Amino acid sequence: MRLRRDVFQAIADPTRRAILLLVASQGMTAGAIASNFDSARPTVSKHLQILTECELLEQHQNGREIYYRLNPGKMKAIADFIEPFRNMWDDRFNKLESIMKDYKNT
Amino acid sequence: MERKTKIHAVEGKQELTVTREFELPLELLFKAYTDPGIVEQWMGTKVLKLENQKHGAWQFVTTDPFGNTHGFHGVIHEFTPGKRIVRTFEMENTGFEPQLEFLDFESLTDNSSKISIHMVYRSVELRDQMLKLPFAQGVNMAHNRLEEIVSKLKTSI
Repeated sequence: MRLRRDVFQAIADPTRRAILLLVASQGMTAGAIASNFDSARPTVSKHLQILTECELLEQHQNGREIYYRLNPGKMKAIADFIEPFRNMWDDRFNKLESIMKDYKNT
Repeated sequence: MERKTKIHAVEGKQELTVTREFELPLELLFKAYTDPGIVEQWMGTKVLKLENQKHGAWQFVTTDPFGNTHGFHGVIHEFTPGKRIVRTFEMENTGFEPQLEFLDFESLTDNSSKISIHMVYRSVELRDQMLKLPFAQGVNMAHNRLEEIVSKLKTSI
């Protein structure tokens, strides 16, 4: 389960989480990503390297530019991705259930 | 804590199913989906429009912790009380294409019921992207330092 550990190590860092947030909806170049942070460019590059190594990010060549985006083919890790999705729905449904239980009792 | 919600997402398919059993009579579960005031409470959204009928439309707007508003809307294709809602769902200004949702409600006992939501997306890629949104966003929320990071992002733009 080396992959799993690496993925969680990668997302343990707040800057790397912020990078994932940035590229969740669209691919971005390293420069565009770095421009969102106060950190030095090499620091951001290091984070991109770690995220790419654990395959959370993939590189995509477009002309001369390299774009980073969330890796859609990472199916071995999809359970890790599904879990937050499931938790989001579960939290929502728990709220529904408790509101309606109160509703029933009034 | 055990999670009662189940997600069924087969690799390489452009659909997924969310199912959940509730300790609620069917009538109350269905009401939670159709009463605007109740929808607002559990969805954490503002309901601008919710026309519970065939050809009806719905429109919600949520405000995130940073004060940004996000619009959601769709139309209702089928509305069968206590049984089924078929609707489209679109997140506005995100570039994500709309999805089709089949919501099936089922009574289990006098005091328990079940919902099954079948969501169909335009492509496998879009489905996977939607699955990952809470990962990208939610992972952060689990950590206290997110707000700090995001506010730093905002001030540096």
